[in-house]
Amino acid sequence: MSKKQKSKEDYYLASQWTLMARKLKRHKLAKISLVVLAILYLSALFADFLAPYALEEFDALYRNSPTTSIHWMHEGKFVGPHVYKMTKTIDRETYEVKLVEDTSEYYKINFFVHGSEYKILGFIPCDLHLYGVGEGSNGGTGAKLYLFGADNLGRDIFSRVMLGGRVSLTIPFASAIISFFLGITIGSVSGYFGGVLDMIIQRIIEVIGAVPQIPLWMALSAAIPPGVSTIKMYLYMTIILSFINWTGMARVVRGKFLSLKNEDYVMAARLSGVSTWKIIWKHLVPGFMSYLIVSLTLGIPGSIVGETSMSYLGLGIKSPATSWGVLLQEASSVTDVASNPHKLIPIIFVTITVLAFNFLGDGLRDAADPYK
Amino acid sequence: MEENVKKEELMQDHNPKKPFWEAVKDFFKKDLVQYIVKRVLMFIPTLFLISILVFFVIQLPPGDYVSAHIAALATEGEYVDADYAAELRAEYGLDQPVVTQYIKWIKDIIWTPTDSQFYRLYGSHHNWKYSFAYGKNVWDVVEERLGLTIAVTAIIMIFQYAVSLPIAIYSSTHQYSVGDYAASVIGFLGTAIPNFILAIVLMFLAYKWTGNANVGLFTQEMMQNGIHLYNFGDFMKRMIIPIIVIGTSGTCGIIRSVRAQMLDEIGQQYTLTARAKGVSEGKIIMKYCFRAAINPTVSGLGGILSSLFSGSTVTAMVLNMQIQGPVLFKALQSQDMYLAGAIVMVQAVLVVIGILFSDIVLAFLDPRIRYSGGGR
Repeated sequence: MSKKQKSKEDYYLASQWTLMARKLKRHKLAKISLVVLAILYLSALFADFLAPYALEEFDALYRNSPTTSIHWMHEGKFVGPHVYKMTKTIDRETYEVKLVEDTSEYYKINFFVHGSEYKILGFIPCDLHLYGVGEGSNGGTGAKLYLFGADNLGRDIFSRVMLGGRVSLTIPFASAIISFFLGITIGSVSGYFGGVLDMIIQRIIEVIGAVPQIPLWMALSAAIPPGVSTIKMYLYMTIILSFINWTGMARVVRGKFLSLKNEDYVMAARLSGVSTWKIIWKHLVPGFMSYLIVSLTLGIPGSIVGETSMSYLGLGIKSPATSWGVLLQEASSVTDVASNPHKLIPIIFVTITVLAFNFLGDGLRDAADPYK
Repeated sequence: MEENVKKEELMQDHNPKKPFWEAVKDFFKKDLVQYIVKRVLMFIPTLFLISILVFFVIQLPPGDYVSAHIAALATEGEYVDADYAAELRAEYGLDQPVVTQYIKWIKDIIWTPTDSQFYRLYGSHHNWKYSFAYGKNVWDVVEERLGLTIAVTAIIMIFQYAVSLPIAIYSSTHQYSVGDYAASVIGFLGTAIPNFILAIVLMFLAYKWTGNANVGLFTQEMMQNGIHLYNFGDFMKRMIIPIIVIGTSGTCGIIRSVRAQMLDEIGQQYTLTARAKGVSEGKIIMKYCFRAAINPTVSGLGGILSSLFSGSTVTAMVLNMQIQGPVLFKALQSQDMYLAGAIVMVQAVLVVIGILFSDIVLAFLDPRIRYSGGGR
């Protein structure tokens, strides 16, 4: 058998998902995005390991300090990557407090060091961190390595970006899943049964879509009782976001149902006495699952950006718990940005994540119809 | 002579003069007209549902304006007794059950009788109630910024289409090329960067480069003299940052849907036929594919309008723009419920009108939609 024939046979025998995967590979940006997202989610999973400091660990000396510079040479000799301790000095002319490197002793950067304790995946106790600053060359302590600088309490922004990524990456994902099921259920009911029910559901969708989102957010998050635990807060946020987002999914599902419900195979199933619920879930939904997954992927980035806006308005997650939105609160005025440009670093993560989800969604959309 | 009579009869047969009501009946038998009537009638229950949702939304936060007001007084060290609070609540009708409050609210908005105190004071039949925080009639507060809000939104919307349609057409005709990727990245960046950060950074850059941050929509001079032709350029200069920030946040959606539709249309048989017949590529794209691909975008108008209202709120707060968003936010925060309700209601109604308008345009463009009962 020639090679060409073989590949043709592969093509005809391949399942829908294999074909989709194959088509997805042609969209280069989507492929890169998939890798980027995998890295981001993995780093969120192992955030405690990657972050050198714990969530609330702070050093008041380092308040608003810019990124710590890493040196390789100490007094003309190569000693490997190291940092210097900072000391406070006051500019005699402007009376500005400045941090200056104290180069009298150097602190080596070590890898796989023991630091603050945490639990891997929430249950395996561990205190290993990817990197950390060791003792000084003369036995001193207290030097910090703040890769992305420090916030206004002297906390490491890099650690907080890693730990905050957990919230920022999972809440939108979870809420997308919830709105996915809400959307499929309500949309399928609306599309399959039609009539008055359809008309009522359509009006409700129209109304939720028409009311601007900010009042919805504010009302719903104001309804969260004050002083709830962080975990519960996540839960509420997830529900709020999915409550607002299901309408788009429901509309897609309804449209698909309208075009599919009169197909012969549905008629055949109905005549054979298959129950309505089973027709919906076994015969109709799998037929356009790929489209739904596209909608799902494209729904996530909106929520990620939405979460940052909510944090800007002071709704949603509150300090000391953190998310990318909470981190960006410190960059919420021109003076902040002008004096501490390093506080804009979390924006890079938000932007990359949102772009990656968008491109992945685009690639999936192009691949959604594998037989084309 | 006889022939003439016959001719007249014949002509009458061909153009029978129908009574007026028959003509009206025929007019309503047309599918387009039927569709429009149906959609307009549907507008009424939608409005009703919106009013319920709006009232629910402004009621949902615990407490009311009186408790917020008393808390504010307490922080200033003023002592407020419970009787005063109860009195205030009774005065504004806040002590009644929610359903009663809602019915009174919606009834007064629809029609306030001529013999009411409100009509004597303001000469209007639509009582949107009283803004606690502004100490003014709600409608006066809403009206102040309504025109500008609509104008700003319209300008931004035009910008969105002007930017995203060319990008979408380019990237669909050059699928998987470097240009496609580059255009998409630019188109998507606006969505990927949160509005408030983009606004702050642009403001900072504007300040650095020009020495003037251009905050707010008006100069001191415009506030006094209003916007005229001679200072319109200045106004537009101040619109640049808002346009970029709010406008780019929505381009992503339009680019995506138009690109997807274009790709579908380019793959259709009729495109192949046209190409085989030697129709120029530009004509195929613009006259056939693009015209078919634009339909879903027309139907998305309402959604875009809604996201513009939401998106502009945060940006307007950062850039200190004199539009409704920040007023709404403050009203929601201070539980100034009637003002918040009125603004949300007005914005939602504008969105629904947008949806209605786009549905009618769509039915006009695409006859299939009149039968299937809605293109969305």
